Amino acid sequence: MILLDVEKEVQILQERLDYIKDIFAHKENENIVLLQTKLNDFVNSYKQLSLSESKQKLKSLKELFTFLENKLDRRLTPMDKVRIVRHPQRICLKDILENVYDNYTEIGGQDEYSIDPAMLIARAYITRKVGNKIYHQPVMVIGQEKGHGEEFRNGGSVKPWGNAKALQYMKVAERENIPIHTYVFTPGAYPIEDYPGAAQQIARNLYEMAGLKVPIIAVFSEGGSGGAEAIALADTRLMLSHGYYSVISPEGAAAIEGKIKAKGKITPELVEKCAAQLKITADDNLIMGYIDKIIKEPPLGARPEHYDFFKVLRNEVIRATDEVVLRVRGINLFRSLALRKLNSPNIYVRWSLTAKAKARLVEERYAKFRQMSKHAYIDNSSWIDRLKEKSEEALWGIYSLLRYDFFKRNKQKIVHLWEDLKGESLAVIDRLQRKVSFWVCKIPLCKKYNQKTCELVSLSKWQEKEPKNRYISPQARVDRAVSCPNAEKEGCLDQWAPDLFGDMAGVCAYCGHHFPMEHEWYLHHVFDPGSIKEFNAHIEAGNPLDFEGFSHKLEKAKQLSGHKSACLTFEASVKGIEVVVAVLMAKFRGGTVGAAEGEKFIRAVEKANLKHRPFIAYVHGTAGIRIQEGTNGVIQMPRCTMTIRNYLEKGGLYIVVYDTNSYAGPVASFLGCSPYQFAIRSSNLGFAGPGVIRETTGIEIPPNYHKAYNALSRGHIQGVWDRRFMRDNLYQALLTMGERKLYSY
Amino acid sequence: MKQRNISEFLDKIKENPYKEIVVKAPHCGYVEFVVTQKGVPVSGPEGKYKEKPGTLLAYIVRENNKKPIFALENGAISEIFPLKNKEFVQAGTPLLKIRHYLTKQEVIDLILQKTLYLVKAQEKGKYYFVPEIDKKIGTKGCQSVLLRPGEEILILNVMKREKYISYEGPKGLIYAIYFKQGQTLDCGDILFGVCPQEDLESIKEVIVKVQSEWEEVRIG
Repeated sequence: MILLDVEKEVQILQERLDYIKDIFAHKENENIVLLQTKLNDFVNSYKQLSLSESKQKLKSLKELFTFLENKLDRRLTPMDKVRIVRHPQRICLKDILENVYDNYTEIGGQDEYSIDPAMLIARAYITRKVGNKIYHQPVMVIGQEKGHGEEFRNGGSVKPWGNAKALQYMKVAERENIPIHTYVFTPGAYPIEDYPGAAQQIARNLYEMAGLKVPIIAVFSEGGSGGAEAIALADTRLMLSHGYYSVISPEGAAAIEGKIKAKGKITPELVEKCAAQLKITADDNLIMGYIDKIIKEPPLGARPEHYDFFKVLRNEVIRATDEVVLRVRGINLFRSLALRKLNSPNIYVRWSLTAKAKARLVEERYAKFRQMSKHAYIDNSSWIDRLKEKSEEALWGIYSLLRYDFFKRNKQKIVHLWEDLKGESLAVIDRLQRKVSFWVCKIPLCKKYNQKTCELVSLSKWQEKEPKNRYISPQARVDRAVSCPNAEKEGCLDQWAPDLFGDMAGVCAYCGHHFPMEHEWYLHHVFDPGSIKEFNAHIEAGNPLDFEGFSHKLEKAKQLSGHKSACLTFEASVKGIEVVVAVLMAKFRGGTVGAAEGEKFIRAVEKANLKHRPFIAYVHGTAGIRIQEGTNGVIQMPRCTMTIRNYLEKGGLYIVVYDTNSYAGPVASFLGCSPYQFAIRSSNLGFAGPGVIRETTGIEIPPNYHKAYNALSRGHIQGVWDRRFMRDNLYQALLTMGERKLYSY
Repeated sequence: MKQRNISEFLDKIKENPYKEIVVKAPHCGYVEFVVTQKGVPVSGPEGKYKEKPGTLLAYIVRENNKKPIFALENGAISEIFPLKNKEFVQAGTPLLKIRHYLTKQEVIDLILQKTLYLVKAQEKGKYYFVPEIDKKIGTKGCQSVLLRPGEEILILNVMKREKYISYEGPKGLIYAIYFKQGQTLDCGDILFGVCPQEDLESIKEVIVKVQSEWEEVRIG
């Protein structure tokens, strides 16, 4: 070792120290001070020492660094881990492609010459030597690329067209029957509505991934909410030990919790507290069951020089792919056993699937997500209720099987048999009837008055009309005038509240602006009177993360709304057509979706599936995923979308109607994936609100950016409805989109 | 307008560089003042799209409808009309007066309005300069184009129908163009301003003077 080498080693140690300082940010730490002092001492003294003494001192200094790095690693807080994944030295997807895969070609763009440089796609292969044979196993690698401080990568924040590109190549992988490895390195999606739209594209990705017939393995490093979900619906979800997977950034959560407006300052302590409360670490997510395995990283997180880590990662993704394939394939006994028991078994598993295995794979994926987040909501139903529910389900199952399966298959035979029987009986009855009538008509008193004559000569009967205004809004009970927000532009005059919220159903008589109405108005004016039968009302929203102060807020919401969650599910009919409905109510915590809401939504879709009825999601308003539930909320995005896909694949009809304000996770998943989406006039819908767009992109959006008509122009919805005609429009939609056969066999 | 006149006009603006805006009751009702002192700075709507309302000045309550009245310009309250709080007022009753210090752009606009002959869109449609003028603008700039009355200068395109428009103003040079060719314009939109050839330099001088000397006073 020459002097130059010592200087080089010192520089490396200084870089290691700088990295540690970055990770622990503002926090004072005696270990960091010690490292700094020791390094400074060495830097000041090594030139006076002999080379061997320097070498010796450097060795002990390096050992001290390693020892203290290990020590500091054990003390990492969740927020420290957030800083690790955001650090420019953090491994990125390109490092993984270089070190985990044996060869790769970047497709769909290269560096800044890409439709979205934040999304990286590569066709790669892994070479395995088993016995004397060498196998090249192709794989499609998709993931967000943060780069090491490359500005054009946009920090891994993918634009809608980047996610569309990812979906395009996922389908390519499906056609080529090769597995997909996705790597999640994103703080969140880029929240713009330009076509195909952030929310709509994520919803499309989730919907398609739910049914992809190839194994999908996802590896999480930085899993920021919806942006992560766009590529993370997978058969096996692995997570790097220093990564995070969360519903919102800790800073965002702190801003909401602290009720701090855009320009306000958030204290680092509040951010730390929120990061800890959101349970975002790999260990937390493993306990909650949202990831399958943790991949251990080197102390203080993996960086490009940690070659041993890449080896571990390679083994883990290979093993995960093998396991998924063997789970759904025929002969797998010994290989599955070897995979479970041995550390790195030398076995070969072909990754292409047969038709049957593909079907099993999709089924298993659905079952896996269906089982998630069961612990995160409160279900106080008694065993009698559950038994009743199960038996009802079983009876409906049998009925559906007979009516929609057996009858459908043998419909022609049954119809023919019925026609023959009817014809035979008519031949007998008709002859008999004529004989009887002939003799009866002979009796003067019993002479039957011709019904038609009777109708023509008598007065018609009064037909009862449906009672109008069955529901009176509390807004209509106030004696005051109301100004329209468009008054300045459109010249609307003030209107008297009882008129406006009564007869006018909250619609401005001058410009047609729709004032928000309570969800109860729709229950009374859209569905047939007395047809609403609520179910699963006992499922209750909880506080699965024990988020400080949230239980109290939840109780308040329950008292205020009279409901136990933000989702109301019921069976009803619209002009005689029986439907299953889920309503997201804005008055319960802004219509946010947590585990309870997700579960209720899923059960409602399953009911619609079981009873072969159209499913309507009326979104009275939703502010997104409930942040206080953390990943318990985020996971509802893939869960509900998978159920919707399952329902639609079986021939269901799914209609979504947005009202007031609908944003974020739900729109970017189970609502946005509907082929038939409508909005009530004057409603707003999109991925992120104006404040979030300003903060994340720096773009000042126009005030009408999220308005329903703009969403219609962008192709996100299929129509804008007047509230007063929602019943007619819905009926029309049910008839035209569902066709009569959906609900009348 | 001669140079001396333009300078005089600017001096006149400088003597009183304010615009007095009288805030009136939009309709009858009971007025509740929020701003109660003279000299209080107020700001007009803000944001790229003017989406953030200005300073809340007062409320007007009619049939229990409490309607806010916001400041529409930056400035300071120069007068509060003698009205009692919660007094009933008729529509159009003056409530407050805002003294708005003219901005650089507003001064320039005032000068240009006074000095230029403005050519406006006659009807809704797309407007183009005739090729000769367009070519001249492209090569030498708009201020080199001399227009004479009766000369065909514009082509109006409505639904694939083309119509030539003649210039009907005084002889002069195009000072500035305020529209983009090929863009659909509404009837009455300003297309360009024309100034007499001899006034061009003096207008330019005054504009430069305003741009360099006018101090923007931001109150509020």
